Amino acid sequence: MKWVKVIVSFILTLSFLSFPSCAFQSDELLVDDEEFGLEGAPQHRSPEPIPTRSPPVTSPTRKRHSDLDSDSKIQFSLDHAFGDSDFSPAGTFSARLKTWSHGGQFCQTLTKLRFSRNSFSDVEKEKFKNLLESDDFYRIRLPSNVLSPPGRDFIISSVKARCLPRESLDEHFVIHMEGVNVLAVNYGSPGSCPYPRNLKLPAKWSFSSHTVLKNSEQAPRAPVFTEEILGGENAEGEVVQPAERSFWAKYWMYLIPLGLIVMNAITQAMNMPEEQATGQVPAQGQPSAGAVQRGPSSAVRRR
Amino acid sequence: MAIGSFLILFILFFFSSLNPILSLYEDQVGLVDWHQQYLGKVKQAVFHTHKTGRKRVVVSTEENVVALLDLRQGEIFWRHVLGSNDVIDGIDIALGKYVITLSSGGSILRAWNLPDGQMVWESSLRGPKHSKSLLLVPTNLKIEKDNIVIIFSNGRLNAVSCIDGEVLWEKDFEGESLEVQQVIQPPGSNLIYVVGFASSSLFEMYQINALNGELLKHESAAFSGGFLGEVSPVFSETVVALDSTGLILLTVSFQNGMISFQQTPISNLVKDSFGPAKIIPSSVTGIFAIKMNAVTIVIRVTDENKLEVVEKTNHETSISDALPISEGQQAFALVQRAGPEIHLRVKLAHNWDDNLLKESVKMDQHRGLVHKIYINNYIRADKSYGFRALIVMEDHSLLLLQQGEIVWSREDGLASIIDVTTSELPVERDGVSVAKVEHNLFEWLKGHMLKLKGTLMLASPQDIAAIQSMRLKNSEKSKMTRDHNGFRKLLIVLTRAGKLFALHTGDGHIVWSYLLQSLQKSKVCQHPIGLNLYKWQVPHHHAMDENPSVLVIGKCGPSSDAPGALSFVDTYTGKELSSLSLVHSVALVIPLPYTDSTEQRLHLLIDADKHAHLYPKTPEAISIFEREFSNIYWYSVEDDNGIIKGHALRGKCTGEVADEVCFDTRELWSIVFPSESEKIIATVTRKLNEVVHTQAKVIADQEVMYKYISRNLLFVATVALKGSGEIGSVTPEESWLVAYLIDTVTGRILHRVTHHGSQGPVHAVFSENWVVYHYFNLKAHRYEMSVIEIYDQSRADNKDVWKLVLGKHNLTSPISLYSRPDVITKSQSYFFTHSVKTIAVTSTTKGITSKQLLIGTIGDQVLALEKRFLDPRRTVNPTQAEKEEGIIPLTDSLPIIPQSYVTHALRVEGLRGIITVPAKLESTTLVFAHGVDLFFTQLAPSRTYDSLTDDFNYALLLITIVALMAAIFLTWTLSERKELQENWR
Repeated sequence: MKWVKVIVSFILTLSFLSFPSCAFQSDELLVDDEEFGLEGAPQHRSPEPIPTRSPPVTSPTRKRHSDLDSDSKIQFSLDHAFGDSDFSPAGTFSARLKTWSHGGQFCQTLTKLRFSRNSFSDVEKEKFKNLLESDDFYRIRLPSNVLSPPGRDFIISSVKARCLPRESLDEHFVIHMEGVNVLAVNYGSPGSCPYPRNLKLPAKWSFSSHTVLKNSEQAPRAPVFTEEILGGENAEGEVVQPAERSFWAKYWMYLIPLGLIVMNAITQAMNMPEEQATGQVPAQGQPSAGAVQRGPSSAVRRR
Repeated sequence: MAIGSFLILFILFFFSSLNPILSLYEDQVGLVDWHQQYLGKVKQAVFHTHKTGRKRVVVSTEENVVALLDLRQGEIFWRHVLGSNDVIDGIDIALGKYVITLSSGGSILRAWNLPDGQMVWESSLRGPKHSKSLLLVPTNLKIEKDNIVIIFSNGRLNAVSCIDGEVLWEKDFEGESLEVQQVIQPPGSNLIYVVGFASSSLFEMYQINALNGELLKHESAAFSGGFLGEVSPVFSETVVALDSTGLILLTVSFQNGMISFQQTPISNLVKDSFGPAKIIPSSVTGIFAIKMNAVTIVIRVTDENKLEVVEKTNHETSISDALPISEGQQAFALVQRAGPEIHLRVKLAHNWDDNLLKESVKMDQHRGLVHKIYINNYIRADKSYGFRALIVMEDHSLLLLQQGEIVWSREDGLASIIDVTTSELPVERDGVSVAKVEHNLFEWLKGHMLKLKGTLMLASPQDIAAIQSMRLKNSEKSKMTRDHNGFRKLLIVLTRAGKLFALHTGDGHIVWSYLLQSLQKSKVCQHPIGLNLYKWQVPHHHAMDENPSVLVIGKCGPSSDAPGALSFVDTYTGKELSSLSLVHSVALVIPLPYTDSTEQRLHLLIDADKHAHLYPKTPEAISIFEREFSNIYWYSVEDDNGIIKGHALRGKCTGEVADEVCFDTRELWSIVFPSESEKIIATVTRKLNEVVHTQAKVIADQEVMYKYISRNLLFVATVALKGSGEIGSVTPEESWLVAYLIDTVTGRILHRVTHHGSQGPVHAVFSENWVVYHYFNLKAHRYEMSVIEIYDQSRADNKDVWKLVLGKHNLTSPISLYSRPDVITKSQSYFFTHSVKTIAVTSTTKGITSKQLLIGTIGDQVLALEKRFLDPRRTVNPTQAEKEEGIIPLTDSLPIIPQSYVTHALRVEGLRGIITVPAKLESTTLVFAHGVDLFFTQLAPSRTYDSLTDDFNYALLLITIVALMAAIFLTWTLSERKELQENWR
């Protein structure tokens, strides 16, 4: 795990070093990635809006720009569809839109995303039940631009309806953002949805929603070894050489025959006194027994 | 025991003497690899008629190759591939020793030394506006002893010195709408005529002094009917054009600066008119041809500018350029295809009725029609004129005809391969004899004696040469049956001409070729395009008697809703089994992982309206398909729109296209990239047939990581809209590159990472659980390669042995992509020196062998780079355990080891693609690289650990064993005797 730490610290230093360009947003939202609808956390089971917690906003990057920042509240709606039906409103996302200018460019990001889910009407409940029975898709959609919905097109995501019901209807949104544009939304159950999917009706017809906003991560930069610019040749050569192997890995092909020879020598050495011993037996006038005994020893010699 | 260990020792000695190597020795070149050089479809050919060099021809091709060929054998003397952005506009020979090429839209003029192909000079020509490019090399026009070349390009007429490429004079034609059609230089005069159209109804003629570029005369005349298409010069001061309706022929003469039109309705010439005509340009004096639908009409222009039809034919006719043969006489050739023969006629320009030459040549049906003909004359033994013709066929092949025979042919269609697949060869049957491999025992023994000598380093240079030729000739490798190691296969390639070739992997010879009728120009389909090749039927278990077949998919025309065409071709015989013209278009082809009882693979074709069509259209296939109906998902990428969508099937088609095998689809998810900041430039998926040996990866300190292996992962790279141009066109701040890993079933973005200050083009390869991509880093001014590896955390707890023993693990539970994925990714970037044309990865039968990346470099070579170098777990100082695992210390750049070039000293000119096919032997993979050239080789990324090499000396082993046996018996008898003596003592 050590190297993970190294990389994390590396990324952190990089992000501090690199000047904040428009595409690279403040660290704040990276923190936002963290899961907050954790297992065991108190869940709101009421049909009323579920406030989603957002982490404290204290980051140096933000402070630097705080003078230019302007916050405004925006809302955008979530639509849903049952199977192939048309989309109808299902809830509202609200968030704070942070705007700052930097180098003549305006950068906008969303923070403090909250989601309020409309509860299912009876008709919708019936439709959803039908979906569960036919193992069909429950589909949702979001505008691709939160400032001027629907933007270029709607972002659609769907899940097999049988993945949602547990105690209540559990859903999990991961919204991938780029500025004020929604790239994609990953929608599904917060846990696993084992296959084959079994028909199971929810105990409560209410939603417990978890939402996560995600922005792009910055790639780790290619490592630059300044010292290797001087001794680059050596470094290159080092790579070409195969890794140093252990003694056994290097010389096993010699060691095995050597071992065999040694073994052979030992057996012979052990046979020697035996043979001398048995060799005297026939002399004592027991040829039959001697023949029997000599068999194996001579075989050893011949093999 | 002693003897046993001795034997083991001996065998071990043998194995250790087999020195495993990564690269080739010099004498191993050509043993398993082959290289073929091609040119592409010839678009212009110029014979070298200078006294000393009558046996050569210079050609330029559609693959932008300029080459000098030997007329006797058709071999390449020299060749230059100019590259895809340097299209050749014209070639000619000047001074009898320079090849002049005009390329890049008429802006680059080069002279090459004819005998050796060295470049002599290069000039760049600029001009005020884009226009047609014309190259003219006058024979007897000199400015102060300088022979000149006249070039019209980019709205400017240039006279360039042949000696050093210096521009002697230039003249702009800046008329607003002037479209110059022809530049004519009447032989023997110092005048140049530039003729063209202005504002569609005005005929313009400029007379220019060829010595200084001075404008002598400018005349224009209006013709109310307008003009259409090209003009054909018939005399030095007369051209023929068509009016805008294409029904009236205009003879325009501009003698003495006076422009006069003469109209001749085509209906006056031929009784039954066939709609608008098109002029086929030719340079023959007094003769031109027009084409109306499929009818070609050859027309002669008499001295009084009267038109006269001399021939009307339904056959496709090609006319050669004029060939001056003697004082004031010109010859030209006409060639037509009729059934299995082609008819060649050579005539004099002023005498239509007599033929100088009339020949019929038998021609393979699979070469199609004659597209182009170039003729050249020679003096026969009886002092009369003989003619040889160079013809370009519909399948892009190039042939030389002489005395009614094909002297040589070149399969230049292979220079433009669209798609490649492989097919197994037939299994060796009892009837098929293999005995002829070794001619007789004596030869066999002699061969092995030579090999033995070679091994013991006793061979003389002659012996070594004999050994080398013996190895190269090894008839084993080009046999037409399957081999035990799976090295022998058929490479089935589809070329741009719509021809299918089967190449043998052993030596690259063409086993069969077939010109697909469905991909030929016809009345219904004017511009057929070949798209893809798929394995249609791979006989496996219960259909062993069937021959394997491939599916060829094409479409009619470049538009997305053009109807498709399917062909099924048997890969053993090369015969078309059936073909289908589809009513729907083909936007996407999905080979499904299901086969029917005859091992035909089910294919789903998605059309432009997002309907899915199932093939084969059999009830059995439908029943198989319906079982898996709900598990079929696919995605579509709209590059220009920046949208990726996921789809699933809904049910049978409704509406007018009601059909048993047609299915409606629905949209499941969509990803919309912001149009102002991201543009899709690359999408890569895993190969469908890739095999992964194990999901678990044991890392240092006995930890296990589980690879996230999903066939439904898609790698997408986007760049900033500004940064989608050429490298260096933007500053690092304005450009970024975002890499995505997307699950194509649910549309989840599993990983998303931004590379700031980076730019495309992106070349990527996806295999197992990793993707490697190559791009340009603007900040570091270098190319970079990044790797992303993705691991499954949901299985990470299965490390405990006890869990595995007691069965308390989730390794066998089915994976559903609807579960929330629990993955981690690791990535790292490295600098890489080369720019890259394409990247591929080796693939083996069982996926055990370690992988190599095959990088097609800008120098048209293939570099093998071990995947180990692109391991994201590389650190600066790996621990001992990591070192043992094979982790290389981290460096900032990837090494390029000269020995690891797969193509060794060769170049695969115009490299476009690299295909890897697993052999049956796990350690070995077959690599086929294609471009203008073809290259094939076998690779063993982890060396051949599972077989002895080809040059293993079996004879020596045999002799040793025999010697040992003899020794055993000898010592045995000796010891017996000794024992007996001892007993008798």
